[in-house]
Amino acid sequence: MSTDEKKSAIHVDGLHKSFGELAVLKGVSMDAREGDVISIIGASGSGKSTFLRCINLLELPSAGSITIAGEPIQFAPLKDGVMNPADRKQIRRLRTNLGMVFQGFNLWGHMTVLQNVMEAPVHVLGQPKAEAREKAEAMLQRVGLYEKRDQYPAFLSGGQQQRAAIARALAIEPQAMLFDEPTSALDPELVGEVLKVIRSIAEEGRTMILVTHEMAFARDVSSQVVFLHQGLVEEQGTPDQVFNHAKSERCKAFVSSIH
Amino acid sequence: MTFLSNIVQFLSEWGPNLLWGLVATLQIALGGYALGLLIGLGGALGKIYGGPVTRLFLEIYTTLIRAVPELVLILLLYYAGTQLLNDTLRGLGYERVDISGVAAGVAVLGIVQGAYATEVLRGAMQAIPRGQVEAAQAYGMSAALTFRRIMLPAMVPLALPGMANLWLIITKDTALLAVVGFEELAGATRQAAGSTRLYLEAFVVAGGLYLGLTLASNRFFKWLEGRATLGQVKVGAA
Repeated sequence: MSTDEKKSAIHVDGLHKSFGELAVLKGVSMDAREGDVISIIGASGSGKSTFLRCINLLELPSAGSITIAGEPIQFAPLKDGVMNPADRKQIRRLRTNLGMVFQGFNLWGHMTVLQNVMEAPVHVLGQPKAEAREKAEAMLQRVGLYEKRDQYPAFLSGGQQQRAAIARALAIEPQAMLFDEPTSALDPELVGEVLKVIRSIAEEGRTMILVTHEMAFARDVSSQVVFLHQGLVEEQGTPDQVFNHAKSERCKAFVSSIH
Repeated sequence: MTFLSNIVQFLSEWGPNLLWGLVATLQIALGGYALGLLIGLGGALGKIYGGPVTRLFLEIYTTLIRAVPELVLILLLYYAGTQLLNDTLRGLGYERVDISGVAAGVAVLGIVQGAYATEVLRGAMQAIPRGQVEAAQAYGMSAALTFRRIMLPAMVPLALPGMANLWLIITKDTALLAVVGFEELAGATRQAAGSTRLYLEAFVVAGGLYLGLTLASNRFFKWLEGRATLGQVKVGAA
């Protein structure tokens, strides 16, 4: 199947985001089709995390359009420089199709690992507890944390917490996964175990958008790489194009400095 | 050992009265605390998420209540409150009502506690790491579900020390209701002491009851804190 025939998973068009006077995104577009693994790279402050957080409206954009699995997000008229969602129910529903993994893990501290993974399936999606538990345990097996299921997050290493957070994201059976610098808060020796899990998810053909500083990893797992610079897409293409044959001098300089 | 035998004699005669006083004290303290907790939760939410009018109103409420001595507030709210209520009722063509001591005590102490609880709970709410709420939003939780499932349990360990303090304060603030003639522990003690003339014995017994209440409360809050902080790595000695 060629790329064009695959269904659009996430489509973003002309996304702008300003924090007061500061314009962080100045018109970013992206099309992720089912099964795509898109890495977003760029220097700190290039707007890559903001872009990712706009997709599930953790940040409210200032202009542009977002379409999740063919369904455009309805926005209310611009107010105070931000576009609020017109229909909160639609946003909540669409968010359950996007499994978000945060830089700082953000596991719920008052719940055990298993409770964290079961929370959204039971209380948001309304799955029966027994079924959710079974699935959650399977997810935890998969990320290698089954033995830690009754621990509280604070007692786990950063790598274990992030793997639990990935299990939590997988448990809602999302159409796409959003990773916001998932290894940036980790000690170097813990990065590998998390990347291994992310790679296995990429390999099973799940749609993924990944904001990362791990260049070697991005080159390895991505179907597409987007290089953001000062709120604009500066370079975009296959990993080979972006890492070896970039047209932009800035992109060339960035990928060579990071290696 | 006349003191000890006096106490035994005092207890046999007035022990039941004092115990009833303690029961009344507990009733008012529990009621006022529950009311204060409700007002405090609403107040904290209003102060953080409310509009300018709500915030101004809550600011006036917490400032005024915390500025005036509790004894004055009790006299004011009790006498002026019942008068206002009856004037309103008469204006509407209803019979005047007698406010029960318990209801008035609960209302007055609840309003006072609510002001302090608003600030304790506001602090706890604002101390919840942003990421906890963000993760809830990212997984499609509504505001109400986020509050119930994520914010409330995350607040408990942060609010408990302050809320335990407020409980200990209200158990003793109930004694102020003696000035409006309410028969709680302090009022019952004064009456018993007056009729037996065993002042020292009477107040030692009452003090013992207050102490027992405090010690039991401490145990309870310690147990609650242990449960609420299961997910936290403890710092320092247990």
